[in-house]
Amino acid sequence: MTIDGAIDCDIHPGVPEIKALLPYMNDFWQESFNDRGLDGFDMMSYPLGSPITCRSDWRTKGERPGSSLVGMQRDALDAFGISLAICNPLTGGQVAVSESMGAAICSAINDWIVEHWLNKDRRLRASIVVPPQAPLLAVEEVERLAGDKRFVQILLPAACEMMLGRSYYWPIYEVAAKYDLPIGLHAGSMYRYAPTATGWPSHYLHDYVANSQLFEDQLLSLISNGVFNRYPHLRFVLIESGVTWLPGFIWRAIKTWRGVRAEVPWVKRSPAEIIRENVRLTVQPIDAPRDSNVFNRIIDMIDSDNMLLFASDYPHWQFAGDAVLPPGLSPALLQRIRIDNPLETYPRLRETPA
Amino acid sequence: MNAPVDITERRPMDDNAADARPGIIDCDIHPSLRPGALNQYLSERWRKHLAEYGKFNCGIYADRGTYPRFSPATSRRDAWPPGGGLPGSDVAFLREQLLDAYNIDYGVLEPLIGVNTSRNLDEAAALCTAANDWQAHDFVDVEPRLRASILVPQDYPDASVKEIEKRAGDWRFAQIQLGSKTSEPLGRRRYWPIFAAAQANDLSIGLHIGGTQNSAPSPSGWPQFYIEDHHMLVHSMQNQAASLILEGVFEAFPKLKLCLIEGGFAWVPSLGWRLDAHWEKMRDEVPQVKRRPSEYMRSNLWFATQPVEEPENPDDLRQVFEWIGWDRMVYSSDYPHWDFDDPHLAFRFQMTEQEKRMLFHDNALSVYTFR
Repeated sequence: MTIDGAIDCDIHPGVPEIKALLPYMNDFWQESFNDRGLDGFDMMSYPLGSPITCRSDWRTKGERPGSSLVGMQRDALDAFGISLAICNPLTGGQVAVSESMGAAICSAINDWIVEHWLNKDRRLRASIVVPPQAPLLAVEEVERLAGDKRFVQILLPAACEMMLGRSYYWPIYEVAAKYDLPIGLHAGSMYRYAPTATGWPSHYLHDYVANSQLFEDQLLSLISNGVFNRYPHLRFVLIESGVTWLPGFIWRAIKTWRGVRAEVPWVKRSPAEIIRENVRLTVQPIDAPRDSNVFNRIIDMIDSDNMLLFASDYPHWQFAGDAVLPPGLSPALLQRIRIDNPLETYPRLRETPA
Repeated sequence: MNAPVDITERRPMDDNAADARPGIIDCDIHPSLRPGALNQYLSERWRKHLAEYGKFNCGIYADRGTYPRFSPATSRRDAWPPGGGLPGSDVAFLREQLLDAYNIDYGVLEPLIGVNTSRNLDEAAALCTAANDWQAHDFVDVEPRLRASILVPQDYPDASVKEIEKRAGDWRFAQIQLGSKTSEPLGRRRYWPIFAAAQANDLSIGLHIGGTQNSAPSPSGWPQFYIEDHHMLVHSMQNQAASLILEGVFEAFPKLKLCLIEGGFAWVPSLGWRLDAHWEKMRDEVPQVKRRPSEYMRSNLWFATQPVEEPENPDDLRQVFEWIGWDRMVYSSDYPHWDFDDPHLAFRFQMTEQEKRMLFHDNALSVYTFR
């Protein structure tokens, strides 16, 4: 199935080994990585060999998942008829314990993606990968790159060192608001705390499924801490979050807010309203049974045609063959999901970069 | 101390034969301690220890929870007994305000008094035993419509099993209670002796929201407000369900029954779909999971309704009931807490008489054995 000009809001170029990033680092970091023999900074959230990290028919033996531009063009961009795609590199730089090392890797990834991806296919755009360990360095990185309109978003892992509503992170939101860049929260964790509220599960499957809870936590934190009071137009895009959890979450958020809103008197609107206005979700993974009408019922319950963004999540394995969208969506909703909603969410996609 | 009672057989209730309509079964009633109420059930060694060191849990405060609640004793403002004491501490007032007012046949006590959360496992064991004696004598003996929960020091399996076996034949106990927050995910092996004892004694496990605080509430750390923490507690329930399924607990203990209490339920369908969707791809990681994960949710888990989620369109809640299965749902009030669900008001959509009967009465009989 080609889907005629769809805008892919989550595509993953495979990040390279450290050696390929050294040209984008200063002398100190080149020397450090070389002399210390450091490599292997792939995130625990996406083990390279796991079935989720790469669909088997998209995997090339001996290559890191998603690392070939030709492969991405053949298997995703051309195969699905994608007009624009936002690259979200998942890098260990974002989870490093060292602020400066994390920042060095993130900066290198951003320069690497310009040279090896954005400059080579005019359909590609990218998120600015920033070090969540150091919000002030994150701001510097955004300032360094914001002039390149092919960077359309600021990317953070969904679990950081603190809840994302805390004022510690507000400098990042300030610079996002300044350039009208959405904040993308991608599934995955810095693993500073146990991946669940009940400790460390035994299985990767559990960690992965539990991502939806983390997104819920962050929405509660952002709303309760007044982030949307201070930055009313700031948009958060939940990437690889799944979708079916959203209605039940909203209902509970409404109920709790009605009960104890006096604790956070600055939250004057229902969480449902704030979420519908400021939050967007990519549609992969579709965490509903494919052979049912469940997904349409969920969209009825969400009660908004504006929130979902098309995504292939290439090369992550979320669907078989070309079933990149849930079946049974109306033509009008399809138009919103694949084109209109992405254009409204990411203003820079409406511009043609020089 | 009360007079000895026959613990193997309950004295008959004063049945009103003319009224054949079943009353309500409430799976979540919170009894509170009167000052010093546990002392008579504790040895001198533990009375002295508690006086000096308190309940030594994983929290930040010595004698209260981490997140300040939003009403005194987390309770309804009308639930304070006229004769004094905490809400839920006066059986006569509880009888009048809850059991009689709502025609409740059976109410399961879910004590949240921090007896199984001490880091000192001997202390936890002593406190659990005392709290079990306290429920039986101070509540069930006085009002037999109430039934107690067997509290166990879950991180001390030997003592837990001993306590379960001690209470299993006692009609006053309806279930084993565990918290939704445990030191490790509940499916992990350290807890399996408890599941073996539960299944062997045909006792269900009530998993009540809350428990220890070994882990931060979120993988991203600590929320700032009660409004966040109160909602996020639901996730501990989701993780216990996922852990039990993925560790193969229901393959090892196929007759094990768990009732998830005070976690709400609108999240249940989505959790099942998410588990199924990703299990399809990664089932080789969990060969012990023989069936689709959502199938275990339909065979081994029940869901107590409070706090009922409040959709903007009330009929959406009916859809959620249908997705979960009407036979999995049991009613709970959470009396005397502030977010009490009134059985007449909490469900804002139409139910058939049959559906009402399942939710408010019959389904609970599949979970609990009331003798």
